[in-house]
Amino acid sequence: MSERKLFAHELEARLDELLLLSLRQRSAEEPAALLEALPRQMQERVLHWAGVAAQTSDDLGWLIVSLAAVKAASLGEDFDDWVRAGLDAYDRSGLAATRKALNDFAEVRRSSEQRSPGSVSFAAIEGRLSRFLHALDGRPLKLVSGKTAWTDTETLWLPERLDLADDAAENRLIYKATAALLWAQTRYGTFNLDPEAELELWPDRGRGLAWFAVVEAMRLEACIALELPGLALDIARLRGPWPPALDAAAEKLARPEATVADSLDCLAELRRVGAGDTPNFPHVGALDPVAARRVRAARITREMAIMRRALNVLRGTGPDGAAADKSDYPPLAAEGETQVVDPQFELLSLPPPAREAAKSLMQDFGEIPPEALHPAGPGAWQPVDGVDTPITASCTTPPDAFYDEWDYRRAAWRHDWCHLYEMEAPPGDHEWVDEVRQRHAHLIRSIRRRFEALRGEDKPQKRQFDGEEIDLDAQVDARADRKSGAAPSPRLFIHRRRVERSLAVMFMVDMSGSTKGWVNDAERESLVLLCEAIEALGDSYAIYGFSGWTRTHCDIYRIKRFGDRYDAGTRSRIAGIEARDYTRMGVAVRHLSGLLARQNTRHKLLVTLSDGRPDDYGDEYRGRYGIEDTRRALLEAREKGIRSYCVTIDRHGADYLPQLYGPAHYSVIDDAKKLPQKIAEIYRKLTG
Amino acid sequence: MNPAKPSSRADVRADIRDLATPLVHLASEPYYHATGDELAVFEAAARSCLPVMLKGPTGCGKTRFVEHMAWRLQRPLVTVACHDDLTTADLVGRYLIVGDETVWMDGPLVAAVRAGAICYLDEIVEARKDTTVVIHPLTDSRRALPVEKRGEYIEAPPDFMLVISYNPGYQSVLKEMKPSTRQRFVALDFDYPEAEVEARIVAHEGGVDDATAKKLVKLGSLTRKLKGAGLDEGAGTRLLVHAAQLIAVGMAPEIACTAAIARPLADEADTRNALDDLITAVF
Repeated sequence: MSERKLFAHELEARLDELLLLSLRQRSAEEPAALLEALPRQMQERVLHWAGVAAQTSDDLGWLIVSLAAVKAASLGEDFDDWVRAGLDAYDRSGLAATRKALNDFAEVRRSSEQRSPGSVSFAAIEGRLSRFLHALDGRPLKLVSGKTAWTDTETLWLPERLDLADDAAENRLIYKATAALLWAQTRYGTFNLDPEAELELWPDRGRGLAWFAVVEAMRLEACIALELPGLALDIARLRGPWPPALDAAAEKLARPEATVADSLDCLAELRRVGAGDTPNFPHVGALDPVAARRVRAARITREMAIMRRALNVLRGTGPDGAAADKSDYPPLAAEGETQVVDPQFELLSLPPPAREAAKSLMQDFGEIPPEALHPAGPGAWQPVDGVDTPITASCTTPPDAFYDEWDYRRAAWRHDWCHLYEMEAPPGDHEWVDEVRQRHAHLIRSIRRRFEALRGEDKPQKRQFDGEEIDLDAQVDARADRKSGAAPSPRLFIHRRRVERSLAVMFMVDMSGSTKGWVNDAERESLVLLCEAIEALGDSYAIYGFSGWTRTHCDIYRIKRFGDRYDAGTRSRIAGIEARDYTRMGVAVRHLSGLLARQNTRHKLLVTLSDGRPDDYGDEYRGRYGIEDTRRALLEAREKGIRSYCVTIDRHGADYLPQLYGPAHYSVIDDAKKLPQKIAEIYRKLTG
Repeated sequence: MNPAKPSSRADVRADIRDLATPLVHLASEPYYHATGDELAVFEAAARSCLPVMLKGPTGCGKTRFVEHMAWRLQRPLVTVACHDDLTTADLVGRYLIVGDETVWMDGPLVAAVRAGAICYLDEIVEARKDTTVVIHPLTDSRRALPVEKRGEYIEAPPDFMLVISYNPGYQSVLKEMKPSTRQRFVALDFDYPEAEVEARIVAHEGGVDDATAKKLVKLGSLTRKLKGAGLDEGAGTRLLVHAAQLIAVGMAPEIACTAAIARPLADEADTRNALDDLITAVF
């Protein structure tokens, strides 16, 4: 790279090219003028990051450039960290948060430098805590960092950093205790009653709420003590003794049958005696009953619908019941109107999503609410998925293929339902691949080494006609045969030969709109690493992307065919993978498993990289229909001798993936950024 | 084998006898807690001369179940742990040269067939595909084993029974059982027992009190939820029993669980730490 500084007009041109500014009627004149003063190396770094950010969003790129123009000079060596903090904030909470993170960076950095040596950051403990919480009972909880510790019953927010204690072990314990208490709030029904009536009676709502958090902490600690006594002991040590004024409440709330109603009684008592400020406990977070109850109510509505729908299906009074006579759905049995289902009996026969919903409802109510057990009946049915609006093909070229689709409600095929177009994926910036290879050079080297070891596992082949070594076992057998009068075998040598793996792998890459941003980056980076790994291994592989827009527009993008080499063309097509439309998975599985079945290898493997469940625009594909169709397609693939595996970045994947792939045939990556690191390992395990 | 050269024919025979497949006659009842109708199904299969396949995660009691059934049916038991270098000769048998003689040596499968024993092939998917095929004639109506090298055709007595086990949780596509093998067996699904039953098993096998056993089972069930999220498989009952045994001889529960449960399960730092957290949370 030349050392000559770029002039303002050059900077302006390059920024325009990166951020498509002229299309948006913006001008890079002002930032370019400011950037002109920087040394060339710094200018290039700003341009580099602008490009990275623009891959996620043009607005993000523009924000970074415009702030970098002002701040780059003062940031110096910290510039890269500064941008990364901004990109992280964008991932979490969008553009406004990015602006704030970028502006506050210096301050945060300063305070972090003054931070005590024993402090623990959220990032350092996230992996450990999320696994810990995952193992505990109850519905899955998402873990994110925030200003204060609180939960809305589906997400736990924990502080960015803890330095309440002097040593790291103690700070980690505070993190764990805080998270456990928040988990207990969702597990033991803190939000099952509305506390507003009580809180309104407090002269200071904030104080009332703080006391509510304390009495709930007392009750929940007793609940935890029953299930996880060791954890309760740790929490008790951490908080020290309860203040004497709370003795009566502590006793009342420690009873195993105590509920949030008892906590509210204690809260009323505290109000009557005029409690002052709450004592400070390190592990007691904040409560936001309004937000939590809103999330809870939305969840209950959702899960009730799932339950009732499942019961409808079970008992044959589904939404199609009324339409049975005029459609081609199979006729459905008539049912009594007020029959209530025996929950114990029927829960076992519910499909997995409904069973999850039932469990979650039990968590919210302590029992399945009876109204959830009344099947809705044909009249009261409200379809969730919207109506099937036929969309006419807007494409003039005829499709490359038609595929049937499985309709689980009819238990029949919809013939030639999906119109499939296969096309070459548009090439992207092949320098991007070089950049990834450079960035992950170390990882690639280690993956290659490991994979070469796998391939180079040239097992000694015994009893060969010819070889480098004498096979003693064979010699002994031959001698024995000769002695006993049988004709000895001439296969007396050991030959070291590379074991033929005879494996063809099809990678099916989700290019739906929801992958935009980090997921798309992670997919592309993973593919680069995979290619490097598989090249070392010598397996035959292909990569295709899929996306689409209704059944008349199912697109398959060729990125690498089985015969193609991993060359510049393939690389640039990987770089060109971008987020497009929807995820109609069934047809993609059918098409790609058809291509895979033609491979003349002993083992065939279809690996899906995706970020969520099957989904499509407008029609019924979004819900169970899509899952059933995909499941059917995977079963068909299996009949062709193809094994399927799914790697997904959907935290809720565990809800439906066992149904699609079987319990052993998927992995859930909880963070898209970890995908590139993990993918090669998954592949090695899968085929090792 | 004894490296010294045997001096007489009788010595040779004695040496070879040492190498013969051990037929295990179980004298006392191996502890097994039934969780379903597996005892009845197995007995019926034994009566009907049908082979049985046991499926289930590691450490949930498959091997123990076979031992128990061998005792119950009063049949000798031959166990073969399959591995990817297991050849047909390893199962069927081979000629050995001892001194200047060749001596035929029955492999475990032939020994079991001759003795009317239960032959248990543990983790059958680990064996080479070509090896698996030798069991085919034993598993259909022929119920016989051709031994090519000896020109022998051994018909299995009614007491002979073939039992195989495998763990469907394996993710490798290269380690799948072929349908032609699978479809010869009566299959029994094994899973971790329910908490109460498992606690009784852990208490009995590990020699710990009920409260400790319950805690261990709680810990086990927590780790099983981490399957797919850091762990390939949660702690089996066997691991819980190991931990209980360490506790029974006086180790502190946390240390015993770390050594017997957390460390065998995970290498990755986050998962190890999370397991440690679970251990301290339960105890």
